[in-house]
Amino acid sequence: MYADPAAPPAASADRPAAISAAGMFTLRKLASRIVTLCWVETCKIRHDRSELYTRAIQPILWLLIYGETFTKIHAIPTPPGVSYLAYLAPGIIGQSALFVAIFYGIQIIWERDAGVLTKLMVTPTPRAALISGKAFAAGVRSVIQAAVVVVLAAILGVALTGNPLKLIATAVVVVLGSAFFSCLSMTIAGLALQRERLMGIGQAITMPLFFSSSALYPVRVMPGWLQALTKANPLSYEVDALRGLLIGTPANMGLDVIVLVAATVAGISAAALLLPRLAKG
Amino acid sequence: MTVLASGGDPAAAPPGEVAAVACEELTYAFGSHTAVDHLNLRIQPGETFGLLGPNGAGKTTTIRMLVTLLKPVSGRVLVFGVDTRSQPMLVRRMIGYVPQLLSADGTLTGRENVLLFARLFDVPRKERPERADAALVAMGLEEAAQRQASTYSGGMIRRLELAQALVNAPRLLVLDEPTVGLDPIARTDVWEYITKLRDEHHMTVLMTTHYMDEADTYCDRLALMHRGHIRASGSPADLKAGLGDDVTLDDVFRHYTGGTLDDDTEKGGIRNVRRSRSTARRLG
Repeated sequence: MYADPAAPPAASADRPAAISAAGMFTLRKLASRIVTLCWVETCKIRHDRSELYTRAIQPILWLLIYGETFTKIHAIPTPPGVSYLAYLAPGIIGQSALFVAIFYGIQIIWERDAGVLTKLMVTPTPRAALISGKAFAAGVRSVIQAAVVVVLAAILGVALTGNPLKLIATAVVVVLGSAFFSCLSMTIAGLALQRERLMGIGQAITMPLFFSSSALYPVRVMPGWLQALTKANPLSYEVDALRGLLIGTPANMGLDVIVLVAATVAGISAAALLLPRLAKG
Repeated sequence: MTVLASGGDPAAAPPGEVAAVACEELTYAFGSHTAVDHLNLRIQPGETFGLLGPNGAGKTTTIRMLVTLLKPVSGRVLVFGVDTRSQPMLVRRMIGYVPQLLSADGTLTGRENVLLFARLFDVPRKERPERADAALVAMGLEEAAQRQASTYSGGMIRRLELAQALVNAPRLLVLDEPTVGLDPIARTDVWEYITKLRDEHHMTVLMTTHYMDEADTYCDRLALMHRGHIRASGSPADLKAGLGDDVTLDDVFRHYTGGTLDDDTEKGGIRNVRRSRSTARRLG
């Protein structure tokens, strides 16, 4: 039990109970904070849907123009029986989630500038819980992007999995991926402190992250130095898991999930450590 | 470190009542500039306490330590006997904080803004809608509740922030310049609501302000702060009487801080910390 906020302000008889409970922030409360911040995100999306539409344009271009073209010219070797478009679709899901997440730090800087962050930090929410909530809220937006790509791919005649369990697992992987990249963004926000700087850094790292992953082409066709980079890039693990789930290519699912979870935990820790710096700004 | 001031420390726990706020030798420094310098302050439960002082006096820094946003360099703050450094989560549960800057989320509706705080303060799910609506009604926002806060006027946003604070039924309401940047009608309006809140919920109110007339009208007790120190404290009447007949609170302020208020540069709400910090450097 934790302090009953409904207790009248003057009632101090329940203080000892409140004190004993306040010392620990339970997993249940962490989950409640994550749900809360995801709820806020859905409210924001409901009030302004324009971003959903504009964000859908890029993946459509990648699939329709780049994907169709490279499928025709057979320039990129794909696993047997898999068309390049099918191979590309999970990569584009990973990419669009990355694009949503990598600029998520801008929101936290905006909230800092608007005074919203200060007030959130004065609620009984530890910094790591606040960052976790934000990270998974970024995942909410990314899952919607992923759904757009899945539907689009189906329209283009790519048979992605129809297995509901695999689709749920896909959503989980997408959420983990964007949780990590949004934490990376919030960490950079904590270092850069200014919106313009974060924009610049975000622009500078997005494409390298994208091209140094396995989103567009198999790792084995890359030069050695790039293969090494690919192994250090969480996007590769995200895409590997997504391909395994959506088109059934052989994937190292266990390793992928471990890497994504570890990267997310590391990202949450780093961003939470830098949050006071951002708030002080 | 003592977790609770329940014994051993006579200054923190006098016989009778635990102070709503007790600052003990509270100190904070930005680099080499000491913004708050061995500050001692007690606020009794139920009183409305005003912290006055020119820009850079250390008011906002004191408040930020009190609400657990800054850790004191030395000394401590106790809120209802609970140390802000060792038990920040517990302190946060007792506090409703309205920062200097208008801080409601403009992309959410008024009601969503209040519901968000109900959730963040762990109000049980079943009680949330009722409590949020009650807070909105109490602040006269029921009509505007479904509109995005970005469409609100400054005075309405302040009332929304009060509703956000109210939903947690805090024991201590902390207001950092609650009426800065508002027009005179909105100022009066906001004060009516603060007074109503205080009377109906028996809250202790701590506020900072630049407006001497507001301090005179609404505060039970005041402290005049200058360069990180408290220069004088007492009821508005006592402070005025101490300087002679026909004295206004403005005169008291000038007497103890050796000057006038800075021009009111805070309208429009530039970022509070950075500004007050640079002001602090300029004055220090």
